[in-house]
Amino acid sequence: MYDWSVADTARRVKAGEIDASEVVESALARIEKHDGDLGAYLAICTEKARSDAMMIDATRKVGGTLGPLAGVPIALKDNLVTKDTVTTAGSKILDGWIPPYDATVVERLRAAGAIIIGKTNMDEFGMGSSTERSAFKPTKNPWDTTRVPGGSSGGSAAAVAAGLACAALGTDTGGSIRQPAAFCGVVGLKPTYGLVSRWGVIAYASSLDQVGPLGRSVEDCALVLEAIAGHDHRDSTSLVKLAPSFSTALTQDVKGLKVGLPKEYFVDALDGDVKAALDKTVVALREAGVEIVDVALPHTHLALAAYYIVAPAEASSNLSRYDGVRYGTRAEATDLLDLYMKTRGAGFGTEVKRRIMLGTYALRSGYYDAYYKKAQQVRALIKRDFDEAFAKVDVILTPTTPTTAFAFGAKATPMDMYLGDIFTLACNLAGLPGMSVPCGLTPEASGGLPVGAQLLGKPLDEATLVRVGRAIEKANLVGDARPKGFA
Amino acid sequence: MANLERKEVDEIALLARLHLDEGERVAMQEELGAILEHFAVLAGVDTTDVAPMTHAVPMDLPLRDDDVVRSLTVDEALRGAPKRDGDFIVVPAILPGDQQ
Repeated sequence: MYDWSVADTARRVKAGEIDASEVVESALARIEKHDGDLGAYLAICTEKARSDAMMIDATRKVGGTLGPLAGVPIALKDNLVTKDTVTTAGSKILDGWIPPYDATVVERLRAAGAIIIGKTNMDEFGMGSSTERSAFKPTKNPWDTTRVPGGSSGGSAAAVAAGLACAALGTDTGGSIRQPAAFCGVVGLKPTYGLVSRWGVIAYASSLDQVGPLGRSVEDCALVLEAIAGHDHRDSTSLVKLAPSFSTALTQDVKGLKVGLPKEYFVDALDGDVKAALDKTVVALREAGVEIVDVALPHTHLALAAYYIVAPAEASSNLSRYDGVRYGTRAEATDLLDLYMKTRGAGFGTEVKRRIMLGTYALRSGYYDAYYKKAQQVRALIKRDFDEAFAKVDVILTPTTPTTAFAFGAKATPMDMYLGDIFTLACNLAGLPGMSVPCGLTPEASGGLPVGAQLLGKPLDEATLVRVGRAIEKANLVGDARPKGFA
Repeated sequence: MANLERKEVDEIALLARLHLDEGERVAMQEELGAILEHFAVLAGVDTTDVAPMTHAVPMDLPLRDDDVVRSLTVDEALRGAPKRDGDFIVVPAILPGDQQ
């Protein structure tokens, strides 16, 4: 039952074909069997998951109403706070921290009947693209355990790909849902900024962060997004809008839709196998009745620099709260300044320190205009590119990543790692919805690794991403291949 | 947008309240320098009359109703404090030489 879809699992639980308790025991058994090797989870919510499942079964037996995700085991990235369950964001500075409340997305999942099965590994505070920057352990890619699962939501992507959760939540600040989804051969959806509440999400860069689903199908992601989306008065950036419904988009064909191909994403840095998979995706979409249109996004090459100013600047401000005073770990110190310095020096990892330094540099008095303001202006130009392109097309199609999953330790310098994000950053800067859908595997000689196609949409038009994503799925470009060793 | 001097690394680390050991300072100088070099690409972009984009989606600052609602109790809020005395958080001396 580990490969059942979200809809199928909930339907069977609601119909009484299977108890939620059996679903949970099956998931826990798979985690017990495989996660020692995979390292997708930082914490397993064994007791709470069992008691939640018993409640669902009891409710069903007395004829009570069950939610749309009844009995569905879902994993949460460890930067989503969970009442009474340790939440670390992959950082030593929060080691052992038990939050006193649930994030809005966690409340909503529980209200929909989902079972929170565990907390997944991540790059510390979301800063990384491989999950190698977790303070606790690496997570392996289920398709090839010598390779990274991507990041920063690498634990969530690996758990879903290996069947250790039915679906998962991740967060995406510069590609952290879509890139690991592409590396692990699953679907990942970053919603429009403001569609999903950030209340209870451990902040990295507040103007870019967004929570979204990872699943084994577009439909699974759509159902999870329906459950978590919608206005939340506790998040002042939450959009006042009815939560979306994807039931039409999931069945509607794509005939007559216009899909844009930006030439700026088909550059030298693009791996040949990835390009070949994208070419086949374009052919498949044409056959499904889509019109392919060339579009230009001329400021694309500036996204990397703009992102690595805006995100660290916001991070340096957000992470000032970790000072050893109110929560988290505390270093021994002689006075208050010493306490701050030593707590933060010992608690943060190298990449987090680097980004705090970078952000502090950019926000310094006298440097603000040259860096942060300039980056925000370039951000406006990037958004303008998208506005002009979306006047001509419904959706933009690009590769999610320039390469497939790389080996542990392969990215020697910080710039090497940052350059892997070039295709995903612009979407966050512009606040658009983006989705990665598996669109093929590389040839056996290249490792038979998953390739992701990225779909970028107009603000709040997740429905069209779902439609086009389904069309790519229906073309069956991946076949029935699954990660070896996790059957 | 030039390379970073050692003195600047020390200043920024202090501003960021971040203790860095000697090895980290050396690495930081080199790595931040390389990253800042990449940022130079922005300096050449004409942004005359381009308003900075501070928010992904334009919106007014919403205000909630001025109602009393349940929030965390003192005990819940202080549960994660590293050192506590009753309803207070204990910190070391603010000025060097004072008692905590």
